[in-house]
Amino acid sequence: MYGMGILKGLGVTLKHFVNTYVDDLKYAGKKAGLTQFEARQGLRAEGVYSVQYPDEKLAVPERFRFVPFLVIEDLDNPDRPGHDWCTSCGICAKVCPPQCIWIVRGEDPATGRPIPEPQAFFIDIDICMNCGLCAEFCPFDAIKMDHDYELASYDRTQNHIFDKDHLSKPFSYWKTIAPTTATEEAEARGGWEHPDVIKERKKAEKAAAAAPPRPAPAAAPVAAAPAAVPTGQEAATNPAAAAEGANNAATARAEVTTQPPVSPTDVPAVTDAEAAKAERMRKREEALARKHAKEQGKE
Amino acid sequence: MADQQTLAPAQTGTIENAIDYLKQKYPDAVKDDTRQGYSGIVVDRTHLVDVATTMRDELGFDYLSSATGVDYLGIEDSMEMVYHAYRTSGGSALCFKAQTPRENASVPSLIDICPGADFQEREAYDLYGISFPGHPNQKRILLWEGFDGHPMRKDWHEAYFEQDQKPFDSRWPKGYVRRAEELNAYGKNVKYPADLDLSRLSDTSEESVYSGMGLGVDVEDLTDEGGLKTDKLVVNLGPHHPSTHGVFRMVVTLNGETIDNLEPVMGYLHRNHEKIGERNAWLHNMPFTDRLDYISSMSNNLGYALAVEKLLSAGARYQPPTYRAEVIRVLMVELTRIVNHYWAIGFLLNDLGAFFTPALYAIAEREKILDFFEATAGSRMMCNYMRFQGVAKDLPERIRGVANLVNDKVRDFNTMDYLTELINDRIPRSIDELDNFLTGSEIVRTRTIGVGYLPKEMAIAYSAAGPLLRASGVPYDVRRADPYSIYPELDFDVAVRQNGDIYDRYLIRLDEMRESVRILKQILPRLEQTHGESVFSGNKSIYMPRIGLGEAYGRVENPKGELGYYVVSQGDPKGPQNPWRYHVRAPSFINLTPLGQMCKGHKVADVVAILGSIDIVLGETDR
Repeated sequence: MYGMGILKGLGVTLKHFVNTYVDDLKYAGKKAGLTQFEARQGLRAEGVYSVQYPDEKLAVPERFRFVPFLVIEDLDNPDRPGHDWCTSCGICAKVCPPQCIWIVRGEDPATGRPIPEPQAFFIDIDICMNCGLCAEFCPFDAIKMDHDYELASYDRTQNHIFDKDHLSKPFSYWKTIAPTTATEEAEARGGWEHPDVIKERKKAEKAAAAAPPRPAPAAAPVAAAPAAVPTGQEAATNPAAAAEGANNAATARAEVTTQPPVSPTDVPAVTDAEAAKAERMRKREEALARKHAKEQGKE
Repeated sequence: MADQQTLAPAQTGTIENAIDYLKQKYPDAVKDDTRQGYSGIVVDRTHLVDVATTMRDELGFDYLSSATGVDYLGIEDSMEMVYHAYRTSGGSALCFKAQTPRENASVPSLIDICPGADFQEREAYDLYGISFPGHPNQKRILLWEGFDGHPMRKDWHEAYFEQDQKPFDSRWPKGYVRRAEELNAYGKNVKYPADLDLSRLSDTSEESVYSGMGLGVDVEDLTDEGGLKTDKLVVNLGPHHPSTHGVFRMVVTLNGETIDNLEPVMGYLHRNHEKIGERNAWLHNMPFTDRLDYISSMSNNLGYALAVEKLLSAGARYQPPTYRAEVIRVLMVELTRIVNHYWAIGFLLNDLGAFFTPALYAIAEREKILDFFEATAGSRMMCNYMRFQGVAKDLPERIRGVANLVNDKVRDFNTMDYLTELINDRIPRSIDELDNFLTGSEIVRTRTIGVGYLPKEMAIAYSAAGPLLRASGVPYDVRRADPYSIYPELDFDVAVRQNGDIYDRYLIRLDEMRESVRILKQILPRLEQTHGESVFSGNKSIYMPRIGLGEAYGRVENPKGELGYYVVSQGDPKGPQNPWRYHVRAPSFINLTPLGQMCKGHKVADVVAILGSIDIVLGETDR
């Protein structure tokens, strides 16, 4: 019969119309707009499921990328509060497709030799295409893509070149917006700290391990001893931690605990409280040892 | 006769046979391309038309896929037209080239043999200044006539020119920032050709508008069959019109309400993507390809990755992408096809006047796939996900938002569960729903059946690709004709329809979505099997690969048709950091070539529907 196709189509429209309100009825008694909102973002959503931005917002996924930011140490970091992770190596500036990153490499005012921190760092957010290559290729995990997408401003000529102060955000911020990625990266680096710090620490450990046979100045054993102790401690604590991890079937994490020092301070990584405390202690002692070693090196 | 039989190879012979045959037939005109990393033949330009005719008629290379210019300034100091021809029965390309000096560059037009060369030759004229004797309508296509010079020539510099190649030296280590606008190579930033009459720019009479398109304004007197005197009327559809899917203009000459002539005018979104591509380093181009056909960025990425991998594979240290990377690539590309066809069908209905109800139903479904893209690649549309020798990142374990925002805590799904439910349940259901909703509708059928007919022979001759070609009865799909990635081991059919009208182009998109679902269902177990394997082979931290000299043409079956990238690596003998030539064979652009023919004799309202059935994206058309 002519017209059946149209009627069938209108049936689909009617179904959509009805479905839009079915959820309203389902959740009407619960008075929870929230549940309804979330249910509608899943795969079983029916009817209209638009989001009333800006009253409602969808949470962005971890890998979401918007204009980059620079990672700095947390301000309460014991060793180097607020220190740049960036070493001004310039890889991000080179890999940036629209060339929106500008870096002035840091220089030692006395010698004129480059030092591993940027003197200035700019990103022209009008030009940035949010591709994320800078974050992907940074060898120091020092530049990361942000989640803050509400960047509109009233004067593009004044406000759209972000300088270092504007770009810098503490490492703990990165751990909040991308917990999984941050954990993966820490695993790859071999610790939660900046790669240079980890490298130095490993060097110190090596030196400490090699130190005893060498005749050293009087203070040296004092400096070396605390560094040596945690390795022993670790050997004691780690098997236990690994066993517990295995119970949780968190195999990936368990692997990490068998690897060289990862110290999960206030991070969602899985380790029991005791091990965490031991790690914290060890880290503090290590830092102290490094400080001593440094001071002695200067003398 | 007997002599001919010994000469003429079967139309299914290999590329080498074909080349041998051509060399035999034109011993003076045809030579092998012996440059390092090059393939195919170099044809003397005076014999180009003959050779192309032989190729089409005797050797069966009936489909001219791509025609583009290359400027070898500083290497050979000549210019070159590069053509890629295929057989619609399948197989790889016969690549032939014609060289011409840079001064007064000219190459005979192939428009009589392959009308599909029309727009591509105009583009080469526009961007390279190569003239094509024999082309009936040789004028600029992407730029306007007040543009000075031919921008793709190597010695042409843009207004904000800074340096020939990225990375720019001013960025590091002494990157004292300035805004891009402060750099202004032309002073006032615009340069006109010396012979341009600038007073024309302020002329608001209609005369200049139409003469710019080569259409006389003289209103012709006509007498129709009944002896009634009628006038022809020139109407501009666009550039700002909801039916044009962007900024695109069609100049139609009307006789009453019937189309006498239609000429597409494009270039409003032109940004010289290819010039930018030559300034860029190899990897830099990856996110730029997202901006071509911005509905299907994943497959744009794949095409470029394949082209560069072809160049890379000549090198000793090349490792092909891992199996998991290939599986993920196909997963992404097929999801993209579904995304694109939702969009195309939704907007076709918009163009038919079903304002936004079908479009919104389709877009809502697309949203679920974009959620997955966003969780995996970090962006819903500008995915930038593929890399040479792999993909950027493995799939995430879970798809979820980070709960640092208001009112969204629950969206937390295991990725594989999400994909399984999406592919096995949600997408097939929504395709069926679209089918129920539209296919039988009498309004849709009346408006589309028999409208915008494109016969099979014409579709091939005009180099139409993708759904447009297959709806005209040509079962040509790059995934089968010239397979790439893991398509050979996947079981699917090439969708084909015979009628070549709008309705069949709509139906074929539904068919292709169903085929994509079929592929995706085979991808799911492969994803499970390869779980945990690496998604990248080689050293991931190389950001500025040096790529050996040579040329490559990588093509993929994009949702809109065949997307090809022609890349040339030249210059620095150590392996240049930047492509010497980066050309995009854009399906949306070339599919517009037969638009005028398809519209002739139809009513104005049908033009909008016919354009909608081609499914163009102006980011790709204008580049």
